[in-house]
Amino acid sequence: MKIKDLISASERTSWLLVSPLVAILAFFLLLPILTLVVVSFWNYNEFTFFPDFVFDNYAYLLTSPVTLSVYLKTLKFMALTWIFCTVIGFTVAYFLAFHVRSLGVQIGLFLLCTIPFWTSNIIRMISWIPFLGRNGLANSALISMGVIDEPLDWLLFSDFAVVLAFVHLYVLFMVVPVFNTMMRIDKSLIEAARDAGASGPQILANVIIPLSKPGIMIGSIFIVTLVMGDFITVRFMSGGQSASVGRVISNEIALLQYPAAAASAVVLLCTVLLMIAVMMRFVDIRKEL
Amino acid sequence: MEPRPRSFYLLALFFGLFVIFLYGPIITIGILSFQGPQGGLTFPMNGVSLHWFADLFEKQAVGDIWGAFRRSLALGLMVMVVTVVLSVMGGLAFRRRFIGAGAVFYLIIASLIIPSILVSLGVGLIFNILDWNVHWASSGFGAQLTWTLPFGLLIMFAVFNRFNKAYEEAARDLGASPWQTVRFVVLPIIAPSLIGVALFGFTLSYDEFARTLLTAGSYNTLPLEIFGMTTNVTSPVLYALGTLTTLFSFLIIATFIGLAVVLRRRRARLGSDAGKGLV
Repeated sequence: MKIKDLISASERTSWLLVSPLVAILAFFLLLPILTLVVVSFWNYNEFTFFPDFVFDNYAYLLTSPVTLSVYLKTLKFMALTWIFCTVIGFTVAYFLAFHVRSLGVQIGLFLLCTIPFWTSNIIRMISWIPFLGRNGLANSALISMGVIDEPLDWLLFSDFAVVLAFVHLYVLFMVVPVFNTMMRIDKSLIEAARDAGASGPQILANVIIPLSKPGIMIGSIFIVTLVMGDFITVRFMSGGQSASVGRVISNEIALLQYPAAAASAVVLLCTVLLMIAVMMRFVDIRKEL
Repeated sequence: MEPRPRSFYLLALFFGLFVIFLYGPIITIGILSFQGPQGGLTFPMNGVSLHWFADLFEKQAVGDIWGAFRRSLALGLMVMVVTVVLSVMGGLAFRRRFIGAGAVFYLIIASLIIPSILVSLGVGLIFNILDWNVHWASSGFGAQLTWTLPFGLLIMFAVFNRFNKAYEEAARDLGASPWQTVRFVVLPIIAPSLIGVALFGFTLSYDEFARTLLTAGSYNTLPLEIFGMTTNVTSPVLYALGTLTTLFSFLIIATFIGLAVVLRRRRARLGSDAGKGLV
């Protein structure tokens, strides 16, 4: 009896402690998502949107050829960003975790990598203009080296610029979890591998990469959701020329076609959740904290 | 120490290039914000001046950026305080099993992985349907919390996973009440990590764009104001603003990291050395 009372008291405390958090997430996360689902069945005209139960929004979305091409384009951005972020992020984390020997230097360099994460994404996008523009640093450097005669037009306001900006903005989301996982790898495993005669590349391929997989997965989850839901980077860095799923939604919002935007949002959400569900099968997030 | 392998130098070079990639662009606009009055958005520098910084203080040149800055600052502080308090409470709650813990955990993860524009649109729609006015301090505040809280909570989970329960048991054995244990034992021990949570709370809010876009109402926050400028301002005044707000972010980051270092030193100095003589 007494033990039972104790348990319920501690449960009550836990519930009291999480209740404000749950209340905020319920009102500002769950309810908005539910609203999106409901409104995606509503109807609209030029002036307003109103309750109804129509499948028009989905029918239009799922039969329009634009949808498929926009999704393919977004997936292309995502795949390219993911490849570059994974290769660069892994290499940087590997250097920090296994080649830097003093903990102080390690923390210092790690902070150096994370500081840009705490500054404005929009400013970081703008800051590519003087670099990539027609008269920018990249073009002047290439011309003065004699590599090209005319300035390259595709450096800024192109798909190249979009992927470059994505990698620049989001590579930290790969560096941090991979570094975190690598720091927990027992160094004696590597010594054992070396004693057993493994070469450097063999240790990397058979010990370090398999043990870093949870970190790579967490980083991948971040990159997938950030790129799939993005609308601002694509709009700014492509100069408004490239489409993405997020941009379609933001255009529909700008035209006040809220039910259509809601339907697009629901489809995007399902896509992202499906991808995450697959990735979550490979990693137990609670164990990685 | 064994000599460095050749791969070390290759990787060090790669890391150096990576750091240049991270910081190069922002340094470039830092330099270009000192363009002369006739200068443009790219090199060459057309003289050196503070012209574009001076422009920031003239209302007609840039709109209401100082109002936007004040709003972003206030919102950042609000989000920071709520994020720290709720993350600590959530972290404490999750140290024990409770019914629904799994569901709450997935809610927190969901908050992190649901694309920002959906939160923005959803919150905007709720306020629209209920006929409430969206405002940065109400809808914007809530929408930003869905982004900062998961970061704060994940940090707290990591902190409490490494927390040595013996300290609390010792406090309880000495007769401390649960509140006293939290106030005088747990909080001082986790204080440096709380600085980290506060840093995330403030900076993620201060720079937030997508979740605030449809929830800020008629008064813009600074990132929204800057984005508005990108479509109609084509002079280095944009760089001057970018340089100033990035410097402000660096100042905030340095302050928080400094504070964390001080707290850690203080903890090491005031902490007991009991048991150390036995090893």
